[in-house]
Parts: sequence; structure tokens; C-alpha cells
Amino acid sequence: MNRLDKLFSEKENILNIYFTAGYPKLEDTMHILEILQAAGADMVEIGMPYSDPVADGPTIQESNQKALDNGMTISVLFEQLAKLREKINIPVVLMGYINPVFQYGAERFLQKCADLGIDGTILPDLPAPEFEEELKPIYEKYHLHNVFLITPQTSEKRIKEVDRLSKGFIYMVSSNSITGAKSDIAQKQIAYFERINALQLKTPRLIGFGISNHETFKRACAYAEGAIIGSAFIKLLANSQDLEKDIAQFVKQVKGQV
Amino acid sequence: MIQVNERGFYGKFGGAYIPEMLHPNIEELKGNYLRIINEPSFQKEFDQLLKDYVGRPTPLYFASRLSEKYQTNIYFKREDLCHTGAHKINNTIGQILLAKKLGKKRIIAETGAGQHGVATATVCALMGIECVVYMGKIDVARQKPNVERMKLLGATIVEAVSGSQTLKDATNDAMRDWINNPEDTHYIIGSVVGPHPYPDMVARFHSVISAEMKTQLKEKTGKENPDYVLACVGGGSNAIGAFYHFVDIPEVKLIGLEAGGLGVSSGKTAATLALGREGVLHGSRSLVIQTEDGQVIEPHSVSAGLDYPGIGPVHAYLYKSTKAAYYPITDSEAMYAGLECSRMEGIIPAIETAHALAYLPKMNAKPEETTIINLSGRGDKDLKTYIEWFGDKS
Repeated sequence: MNRLDKLFSEKENILNIYFTAGYPKLEDTMHILEILQAAGADMVEIGMPYSDPVADGPTIQESNQKALDNGMTISVLFEQLAKLREKINIPVVLMGYINPVFQYGAERFLQKCADLGIDGTILPDLPAPEFEEELKPIYEKYHLHNVFLITPQTSEKRIKEVDRLSKGFIYMVSSNSITGAKSDIAQKQIAYFERINALQLKTPRLIGFGISNHETFKRACAYAEGAIIGSAFIKLLANSQDLEKDIAQFVKQVKGQV
Repeated sequence: MIQVNERGFYGKFGGAYIPEMLHPNIEELKGNYLRIINEPSFQKEFDQLLKDYVGRPTPLYFASRLSEKYQTNIYFKREDLCHTGAHKINNTIGQILLAKKLGKKRIIAETGAGQHGVATATVCALMGIECVVYMGKIDVARQKPNVERMKLLGATIVEAVSGSQTLKDATNDAMRDWINNPEDTHYIIGSVVGPHPYPDMVARFHSVISAEMKTQLKEKTGKENPDYVLACVGGGSNAIGAFYHFVDIPEVKLIGLEAGGLGVSSGKTAATLALGREGVLHGSRSLVIQTEDGQVIEPHSVSAGLDYPGIGPVHAYLYKSTKAAYYPITDSEAMYAGLECSRMEGIIPAIETAHALAYLPKMNAKPEETTIINLSGRGDKDLKTYIEWFGDKS
């Protein structure tokens, strides 16, 4: 069973933390994963850095650029994750833009993900028709899940299409924005969350964008199976002098265990 | 005619590789652009503005001294005589009318050299619509006159400080703005790049160039078609305008000239077709100059309008299907061709355009053959570069 399916069948209030591979230092990837697991993150999303991340705001852009300057590539990331499943048992998904994946070779990439024990991918600029036509059979062959996004502007027809194609979870973008733009959940967004809940989709959902602390996490969890934190965590990494202490404290604070 | 399929592909190139946040914007455009631009009222207003405001039709000029030198028949399609000094305004007029029909209240654009930014600021002033132009921080510094022109026209300039701080990053930032403002804003992309329907839409707005070429050549020479059409290629907007109505005519040889920079193997180049590999940039699958890991490489060209690491998907298709040929021209070849055109025809071309002129000594056209060069822009903006390049030699 895919670890994502297991997680979503067993738990509520799921906290998914995003961080960029090779940031702040090239060799930090596994270290941060281990700290996050120990601190109580329910799953993690590792960002594969890209030179032109159009859906991301300044915080994640800068972390991408820094990671690239550090020498991070998909091949380096796979080397770093060689012993992933000896140490990590929570679900891990890779997030990134489609061009580096195409260059690595989509099938080769997915085969490697499966070998390493990665559970799925989030590729925001991979359109659903191209996924279905070219890649869906490969995902199925390797038992990997691909996660699609929906936004407040996504039409009901398209949401149903996404629900049909989705495995694992649907990434519910809380507002029309790039990452890190707004740090809040407002009344307008709650109406959107309620509208989506009323659709009775088969796929569980995590809410992302604008989640940064316990208050926003709790509010998101009231309307979905959990939430995703990205920019706020990258900011923490950027300023941290003691990753172990700061990450543990951050996760506890978000989960309301302080 | 060059047709995209329903999903915006020319063969395997094109499409709309965009994050979900941009999907509604693109869907709105895709669902409406053909209907709107085929409406008689739209066409009437578009044609009227091209005539009275842009100054179309632009002349087809017989370049007699260059023809004599190269022992063939050379014509210039004078897009440099368009209002604002380049072909770019054909597209911005089309898109601003489209944006109005869609009820948009705010325009965003990206610009590299500033030509598209000026053309966008111009039409926004004409229509009284708010205009925000994204421009890489490095380009803002090196293209000062165009920055001043845009400001004078009432546009707001936003410096792109991400990545390499040039055209590709300005494009990223414009896309991010559009994600954040999906309802009231229209994004006027300046070339045949970006997600579907942009490549097709922008090509249609520039197709007037080759339509006029055909009529004018017939009037002047009695010939139905030229033997060659030459155009410079960065993203590829002027080239597709010049090629558009000739693509299915096998006897017309279509030749695009891309920016070779210091040479294709120098590492300082923007020759996308020569060096690029298949990839996705700014929402479409095309050829892209990139590392083995799929990171986009910042290109180099003496011409700020050609230093883009991608190329319009339609050109990738024409190249791979050999319906058009593309060759790199070095910085030096282009600069000397620009000087030659200035001295022999009294026309200072944009350095972008000079890349097309630089093919003349290489092409060995026959005396009875006819070549049309799309003279895409004038070189006033490039005076500083010309002067610095030639120094006392000029």
C-alpha cells in the first residue's frame, strides 16, 4: 500500500511540511528530513529546485536559487536519498517543475522514485491531459501517486476531473496567489473550502498557501484532512542557527503541542 | 497557414504547461480569442488602428545598392516605420482590443530591450488602461531610453530582481503577477512564446506582415512569391509574421537568423535552435537552452531583443519539419551588417534586424531571384551599442 493512502486512511489533521532540497546547505536534505520526522511532521514534500519557478514567491524562489548554487540537481538529490527508507517511514513526495523531470527522463525519474521509496510527486506545470496520455501508465506501473492542484477559481467540472485523476491527495490552494504571498485564511476562503467539501470528492485534500502557524493550520484542518506549510518553514530554515531545536519547536507550535 | 491543434500543439511543440493557478486565465483566453478576433467589429477596429495609428501598410522597398552589391534583388519590408519603431505594435494593438472585449482593466507585460514594453505602454495610453511592465533589473540599467519612454507614456516599471534579472525573469514575474490578479488583468506577451493560445494569437496579429508582402511584391514585380524571406528570430514574432502566408508554398525558402552571440560553441550565445534541447519554458514545450539537469541557461547576444533562452514553439516545429531553415549569426557579423545597411541604404537597423541582413553575403542568391528581408525595427535605440562597437572605425 502506498504510504500516502495509509496515512490518509489512519490520520486526521495531517501536517505536510515543504522544504527545498539542498537548502540551506547542500548536505542538509536528509538531516532536515530526519528532524522533521522526529518532530512529528506527518509527511514531507521535498522541493526539487528550478531556475524558473513561476508559481513560487520570493521566499521559495530564493531557496531554489541557493540550492542550485549549492550544486543541487535531481541526480544529487537521488544520491542523498539512497538510504531514505532505512531512516524515514513517513510519506515523502517530490515537488518540482516539469522541465528538469523531462530532462532526466520521465520514466527513469519515476522508476528511481519507486526504487528509493518516494510515494508521489507534485508537478504543478504538468497539465492533466499530458499526464493522462503520457505518464499515468508509468505512475501506475511504479505505484506512485501524482498530486494535482485546485484553486478557488477552478471550475466544478475541472475539480471533478482532477478528483478522477488524483491519487493520494488533492492539493487545495487556498487563494489565487503564488506561494508565500498571503499569510492568512479569510472568510472568502472558508466559503471556498465549504463549497469543495459539499462536492463530496473521493480524494482527501490538504490545504496549502497561507498556512504558517497553529492558528492557520487549525483553521485549515477544520475543512480538510490537513495542511501544507512551505514558505514559513523556509523562512525558519533561512534564519536558524540550530536546525534541530528550531524545527522541533516549529512543528510543535504548529500542531498546538506547546 | 500554420495551424495549432485544439490543445495548442504544432506537432509536438507548444501546449500549455502552466500551474493550475493560471488555468482560468488561459482558459478564458483560449475560449474567446478566435471568436473575438474573427468578429467584424474587432477586425474593423484593428485594421483602422493599424492604418491610421501604426501607419500600415508599411512600404516594401527595393534596396538598390545592396541588390547591386550582392547581384540579386533585395527588398526590405519596412516594419521599422511602424509607430514606436518596430513590428511589436501589431501585436499590442490586437491584444489591447482583445483585453477590452474581455472587460480587463489592467495590463501587464514583460520586456527585455524595452521595445515590447514601449509598444504596450503606447497602446495602454491610447486606450486609457493601467499598464505595468516587468523588466529585469539588469535590462532597466542598460536600456535607459526605453525605460524613460515607458514612464513618459504613463506605465509603471517593476524591476525583476529574481534569477538572472533579465527577460526570462521579467516573464516569470509577469506570470506571477497574473496568478495574483486573475480577474481584472490581461497579460500581453510580446512574442510567439508562452502557453497556448499566445503563440497562435500573436502570430495571427503579426500575419499582416506577410499578407502585405504578397500584395506589394505582386504590384511591384508581377511575381506571386519571393524566392526567399529572411527574418531575425529571438522568440520569433517578426519572423512568424513574415513567414505566415508563405509556409505552405514550397518554392519560397524561409530563413530565420538567430543570435549566435560570440559563436555557437562559445558558451556566450542565444542560438536556441542550434543548441537547445526539447524542454518546457514559460508554459510551452519547445527547444530551450538548458543544462543537463534542465535548468535554464541565461543566453548572450549583443542584441537585447534576441537574448531569450527559448524560441516560439512554431519555430521549433518549422525547424524540425524543415519547413523553414535557421542559422546563427554572430554579434560581429550582425554589427557589420547593420553598419553596411546604414551606409548603403541610409537605414540604421535595429541590431536584432541586422542579424537578418548579415545573411546576405552568405546566401549566394542568383541574379534573377528575389529576397524579402523583414526589416523588423529601427536602430535608434541601439546607437550607443553601435558607437561603442565601432569606435573610430565608424
